[in-house]
Amino acid sequence: MAWTGKILRVDLTNGTCVPEALNKDWAQLYLGQRGLATKYLMEEINADIDALSPENKMIMTTGPLTGTMASTGGRYSVVTKSPLTNCVACSNSGGFIGAEMKNAGWDMIIFEGKSPVPVYLYLANEKAELLPADEIWGTSVWNTDAWLHKKHQDPMLRIAAVGRSAESGCLYAAIVNDLHRAAGRSGVGTVMASKNLKAVAVRGTLGVGNIKDPAKFMEAVTAAKAVLVENAVTGQGLPTYGTQVLMNVINETGALPTRNMSEVQFEGADKVSGEAMHELRKSDGKPNLTTNAACFACTIACGRISTIDQGHFSIANKPEYWGNSGGLEYEAAWALGPDNGIDDMDALTYANFLCNEDGWDPITFGGTLAAAIELYKIGAITKEDTGGMELSFGSAEALVWAAEIIATGEGFGKDLGLGSKRLCEKYGHPELSMTVKGQEFPAYDPRGIQGMGLAYATSNRGACHLRGYTVSSEILGIPEKSDPLANEGKAGLVKAFQDATAAVDSSGLCLFTTFAWSLEDIAPQVDGACEGDWSAERLAEVGERIWNLERDFNLQAGITVADDTLPKRLLKDAANIGPAKGRVNDLDKMLPEYYELRGWGTDGVPTEETRKRFGLT
Amino acid sequence: MQRSLLIDSGKCTGCVQCELACSLENEGIFNPSKSRIRMFTFHYEGRFVPYTCTQCSEAWCMQACPVDAIAYDAETGAKVIVDAACVGCRVCTIACPFGTVNYNSSTGKVIKCDLCGGDPACAKACPTGAIIYVDADQTGYEKMRDWAGKTDTGTSANQQQGGT
Repeated sequence: MAWTGKILRVDLTNGTCVPEALNKDWAQLYLGQRGLATKYLMEEINADIDALSPENKMIMTTGPLTGTMASTGGRYSVVTKSPLTNCVACSNSGGFIGAEMKNAGWDMIIFEGKSPVPVYLYLANEKAELLPADEIWGTSVWNTDAWLHKKHQDPMLRIAAVGRSAESGCLYAAIVNDLHRAAGRSGVGTVMASKNLKAVAVRGTLGVGNIKDPAKFMEAVTAAKAVLVENAVTGQGLPTYGTQVLMNVINETGALPTRNMSEVQFEGADKVSGEAMHELRKSDGKPNLTTNAACFACTIACGRISTIDQGHFSIANKPEYWGNSGGLEYEAAWALGPDNGIDDMDALTYANFLCNEDGWDPITFGGTLAAAIELYKIGAITKEDTGGMELSFGSAEALVWAAEIIATGEGFGKDLGLGSKRLCEKYGHPELSMTVKGQEFPAYDPRGIQGMGLAYATSNRGACHLRGYTVSSEILGIPEKSDPLANEGKAGLVKAFQDATAAVDSSGLCLFTTFAWSLEDIAPQVDGACEGDWSAERLAEVGERIWNLERDFNLQAGITVADDTLPKRLLKDAANIGPAKGRVNDLDKMLPEYYELRGWGTDGVPTEETRKRFGLT
Repeated sequence: MQRSLLIDSGKCTGCVQCELACSLENEGIFNPSKSRIRMFTFHYEGRFVPYTCTQCSEAWCMQACPVDAIAYDAETGAKVIVDAACVGCRVCTIACPFGTVNYNSSTGKVIKCDLCGGDPACAKACPTGAIIYVDADQTGYEKMRDWAGKTDTGTSANQQQGGT
């Protein structure tokens, strides 16, 4: 129940779309979305294959609460093997297409093989067909969206697509849905393009029913919605400032990574903050932020809808960018801004628009540009490499230039599309890549927030804030305040956050609810909707099972204990300023305890007992 | 006293909780495509606008219906589809100038907002107060109040003395 019980298997090599029944036993063990799709991936591919080969599969998946009235119940994920990290990739997105898939009657779509020619999937309830995409291949996500709506004469069609960056091989291309929501990280868009799959267009009118106990479900949903309203973060902070509420807070904490993570505070943070997005521009008297926006069923509405100053150099002669679109969220604002020393809000917003228009991850992009700038600074990259462009921290011109060449993959855009790990290796300075397992950091310096160092080092998809967000506890005091500079107790904290997050990511709900909700608030909603008895304890156990499954995938893909680490800069170079001054990340003091709590050996491998406990084969 | 749905699009975030609540109330499942209220996104302008039937006094739909399948609920003021009488001819969907009466191919009949019999689910579900259910004769009350506050010059003798 709550699941539709149906999977669509799309064989791109042979051009067939075949429905099959969902494995309900697995649904009881892995819930849905992230967990369940990872189980399918693990069963169906060898973890050591080339991520961009036809042998890789790409799974678009909803959770059991996707499409329901549970607040934020519109999430979907894309699960595949990542070309950026060679680990398991699971990128989660909101918007509306996840709920539309569910309304069309599908829990999951498994894409396999590779189409001989560019195609898109058109899915209208039970009707599924692969149609030619030659006319949209080589064009942006935004163009693809407009073309599909026009072609099908259907304004209600929901669309997810890849842009030109994915087609040109950028290793961190995203899948963008509903114009500006994205399954953003780890290059899931690159995998999609490698299969010659341009877009997925969905229309569903069947509805989402099949709720185990509708009255009980609605009671839990209503109670949980009230919790979101009353909470200061989900009720006020996020709607008003979006995730950008964090910019000034994290900067003051001395944990805002700056200029390729060489510093921990940025002097221009307030100029690119959530507060600044409300300030009226001198030129036209309007603020950057037009309104906040919600994804499907979300009663928080943290999304930003913004405009760029029409007089800004980036769009002065480009009226196509004068309207509203998806604005800056904290991670993107940080990666494009402080990590590159840039405090020009309009330049950041423009770069963010381009990330959506042509589909790539602004976090990895920002981190890669920052690494390129540092390489340029030390002379490892020259004007000859960049085609004449001067790179320096603080240069909005460089950011705009870089975003435009990533979109097309031309010239130095090809190098930038490698991600910082491969870029820094290519130019002889691997130590300048701020990555874990090949994926760039998000916006929290682990010298000033110790738990995040462990969360990054052990994250199953490389550096990431969405695998164990101990910032909640260490900075915001949710659910309980812990000292961000202490390493004691962080192993347990990280594990608890990782497990709970894996469960939330498998439910169809948004992780941001957990600023207000614990698993105690989520369990009654899952229990009201889904077959079986679902308690908070069971959800945590499901989360832990998923974590071990993902770990197992990565081990089979060749990850070892040596990959559970951080760049030397964060382990050896102390923070130069602010509350964390003099500190490095104490990873070595936390990691052994973490392995022990996980039931893994000192080699980072789940013990036989742990394997048995979670049914790992 | 009759009440009306009052929509303030400036408060709408586009979450479609209204559509979910409407379809649950009327269809028993979550299905925005069968909702009597719809939320429209104007992407370029950055606006979200919920829209539904305003329950016209001289309702085009009711006058056009050849089989008297649209009834007037005197208590709520709603124009209500009588399923037992509706033959699905869809003349009402053509007659309605606002597009708020629509055909439901699953049932072969038309659907429109009936104010949920006086307790509209959309208004209850709206998290931002963009949809509220107020005295039908006083839908301008809050707007008048705002303007009263804005245009008041505050020069009466009473106020100069600090009021009472």
